[in-house]
Amino acid sequence: MLPKAKLWLVLTGIATSLLSANLQAAWDLNMTQGVTQISRDTYDLHMQILWWCVAIGVVVFGVMLWSIINHRKSKGAVAATFHESTKVEIAWTIIPFVILILMAVPATRVLTEAYDATESEIDIQVTGYQWRWEYTYIRENTDEEEVSFYSILSTPREQINNQMEKDETYLLDVDNPMVIPINTKVRFLLTSNDVIHAWWVPDFAVKRDAVPGFINETWAIVEEPGIYRGQCAELCGIEHGFMPVVVHAVEREEYDAWYAAKQDEARVAREMANNVVTLSESLEAGEQIYTTTCIACHQPNGTGLPPAFPALAGSSVVTGDLEANINLLINGVPGTAMAAYGRQLSPVQLAAVVTYIRNSFGNTTGDLVQPAAVNTLIHAAQ
Amino acid sequence: MSASHDDHHHGPAKGLSRWLYTTNHKDIGTLYLWFSFAMFLLGGTFAMVIRAELFQPGLQLVEPNFFNQMTTMHGLIMVFGAVMPAFVGLANWLVPMMIGAPDMALPRMNNWSFWILPFAFAMLTATLFMDAGAPNFGWTFYAPLSTTYAPSTVTFFIFAVHIMGASSIMGSINIIATILNMRAPGMTLMKMPLFVWTWLITAYLLIAVMPVLAGVVTMMLFDIHFGTSFFNAAGGGDPVLFQHVFWFFGHPEVYIMILPAFGVVSAIIPTFARKRLFGYDSMVYATASIAFLSFIVWAHHMFTVGMPLAGELFFMYATMLIAVPTGVKVFNWVATMFRGSMTFETPMLFAIAFVVLFTMGGFTGLMLAITPADFQYHDTYFVVAHFHYVLVPGSIFSIMAATYYWLPKWTGHMYDERLGKLHFWLSFIGVNVLFFPQHFLGLAGMPRRIPDYALQFADFNWISSIGGFLFGASQLILLVVVIKCIKGGKKATAQVWEGAQGLEWTLDSPAPYHTFTTPPDPKLIHAQ
Repeated sequence: MLPKAKLWLVLTGIATSLLSANLQAAWDLNMTQGVTQISRDTYDLHMQILWWCVAIGVVVFGVMLWSIINHRKSKGAVAATFHESTKVEIAWTIIPFVILILMAVPATRVLTEAYDATESEIDIQVTGYQWRWEYTYIRENTDEEEVSFYSILSTPREQINNQMEKDETYLLDVDNPMVIPINTKVRFLLTSNDVIHAWWVPDFAVKRDAVPGFINETWAIVEEPGIYRGQCAELCGIEHGFMPVVVHAVEREEYDAWYAAKQDEARVAREMANNVVTLSESLEAGEQIYTTTCIACHQPNGTGLPPAFPALAGSSVVTGDLEANINLLINGVPGTAMAAYGRQLSPVQLAAVVTYIRNSFGNTTGDLVQPAAVNTLIHAAQ
Repeated sequence: MSASHDDHHHGPAKGLSRWLYTTNHKDIGTLYLWFSFAMFLLGGTFAMVIRAELFQPGLQLVEPNFFNQMTTMHGLIMVFGAVMPAFVGLANWLVPMMIGAPDMALPRMNNWSFWILPFAFAMLTATLFMDAGAPNFGWTFYAPLSTTYAPSTVTFFIFAVHIMGASSIMGSINIIATILNMRAPGMTLMKMPLFVWTWLITAYLLIAVMPVLAGVVTMMLFDIHFGTSFFNAAGGGDPVLFQHVFWFFGHPEVYIMILPAFGVVSAIIPTFARKRLFGYDSMVYATASIAFLSFIVWAHHMFTVGMPLAGELFFMYATMLIAVPTGVKVFNWVATMFRGSMTFETPMLFAIAFVVLFTMGGFTGLMLAITPADFQYHDTYFVVAHFHYVLVPGSIFSIMAATYYWLPKWTGHMYDERLGKLHFWLSFIGVNVLFFPQHFLGLAGMPRRIPDYALQFADFNWISSIGGFLFGASQLILLVVVIKCIKGGKKATAQVWEGAQGLEWTLDSPAPYHTFTTPPDPKLIHAQ
């Protein structure tokens, strides 16, 4: 019989996959214990409630199964006539209530602890964008060079489109991870520039929404060095599945060295805004930025997804007035998905990507945009 | 009622006009049920697209934008098009027969509340064929993704929701008016079948929250078209306000989709256990308690939104409390089965599966109530598994149980028991293979609403998809069973089921077009 064959197919499927799942890391089946005190407490809480549920389930389903087996008409069972008992009703109202109190006590303790974000040593502002994270390390004083950068999915499009073998960290890798020191209380200040996102690192038991117009706070003290991966957890548009969170937790000295190097990098970038670039340099850099930043909406060949996401190929903006084109990238188009990239990309990057789109997809303006020109327009806009 | 309607005694009109102009509760119930089944297949097709894309890592079949349209439309169609109209259809068919009334209290409004529904869903579904594409912001349509950043078709979505809301409110008014005014002499409130009780309470929930939903979509409409900033932070608005208003509707909505299911199961289990329902009074009180609690737990959907500690604690405790009356219900069903004399026809199989699998969804609901743990579960497949357990083997299994249980009364024929059992077992296996592995996916860290996933999620995803295809395909059996049963089959007796109690079983099978035009003999009304 066909249905029976189907059934066996499914059962064998389950058995095989359960076996293969056993061969993989243990956290495939259960919540991670993580690397912070809060994440371990959360795991314990999760397991405690789970075992309560299992115990209640065994009793309730046990009685039910026993009745199903024994109290069937085919076995000659005759129905009893009892149909109410106030005592029993009171008992099975009060007992679950007591169990709930037993659950609520540790839950309240862990929650209170998780909400105490005071006395942090390092504060990092996390800003969500469609579809990237920006990490800004809050400075002690504004004379210091600011460390602030975007963190974007680095999995190649070819892997997503099945034209290339997927590597181990498929969809969970970024170009610039957040770096934090271990054994240090780090506070994350979350907000968003557009829609609501949620910043989640399972190993820290940290998940908090990044809401435009609000600043939420949460924190972690990571105890083990390592690379911790998570994802955006709140639906934030087309590329919601493609904005991972990666945090490197390192020893304090390593962190200090990294921080200093990032400050140097920022200094160089600021100075580079005055450099003169060549067309070939610009096209190469521009293509890279296009691939990480623009491609989701405007598509690999610049055809867009009209009408929400207009085509760049042959577009009157991209082939028209250069200054208007640059300004559009700087300020975005209010009320549409086109964000203001004046703050998200550096003048060097903006110049490169404008040069790229004006000389690709069949557009042949021949324009070469210099970072200094973009810089002037950004300042004019402010 | 009105004596001027002579044609009442001639039975239904012929042809299409019977269905267009009908004010008969049985006809309208039938319309609702068929409409709901059509929407179930449509929403199910969207689910199949989702599961097919998630069968393997990588993007194979659809673009991420279309994937988001599928998840959004699947949710909207299943909630507003499949589950809710199915319960309204059951209420139409059953409430008058159960309380000994000749029809619904407001028959013309009844016609209207059904016939605006197809227009609402035609408008919603039409967006799939528009340039901007269908709504792609999830069925919870959080602002500003659904306002500033939404496709232009969001306006069609807003008007569709308005029409669905109007339909639900009219349906609820009708049900309340019927139950409170048209009970046969002797049918006191505490003698009403639980299905009638649960629907009475559900109808009040609907009247309380559908206007809130209408309010929130109207605020969206103003933000999108008239320059207000209710939900736009840049204009001084508050995106979190959207969530509070939405979930103030959304949480009672969850119970709107499960309370009538409790009523169905409370009718079926005593019938096949041949034993009176245990703890009738406590069942009524538990239902009312759940309905009350449903208004003060909404923010447990928003634990990660950044509420103050006191708010988090309040909503955690209030949510945990729901376990108490829900537990009472489950214990009462088990106590009804205990020392009964059980047989296991298809309705009973679905009802038992309901009790077990709904309870499992209840357990994960309790886990989700624990705020610190929810930080890990929130917006992952653990949540997807949770609400599908309470909605599919919960609400939808109860609708199927009801269909098998009352089908002989509706059609006058017994359905094909062998096919019914096949449908049950394939659905039961399919639904568990589909949703159980999703608990693991969520705990392992897979967020919901993503079209593609990291490699460690691959195994459970293909298993889940196989289960999905099996479950989806099995539903066609139900269609075959119902059509076969309408066309013919063994004649059903009035009693149909040996252990069945209630006024509807005193009527012939099929139930005549007009029933209880004179009140039933009060001696026929027993305590439940």
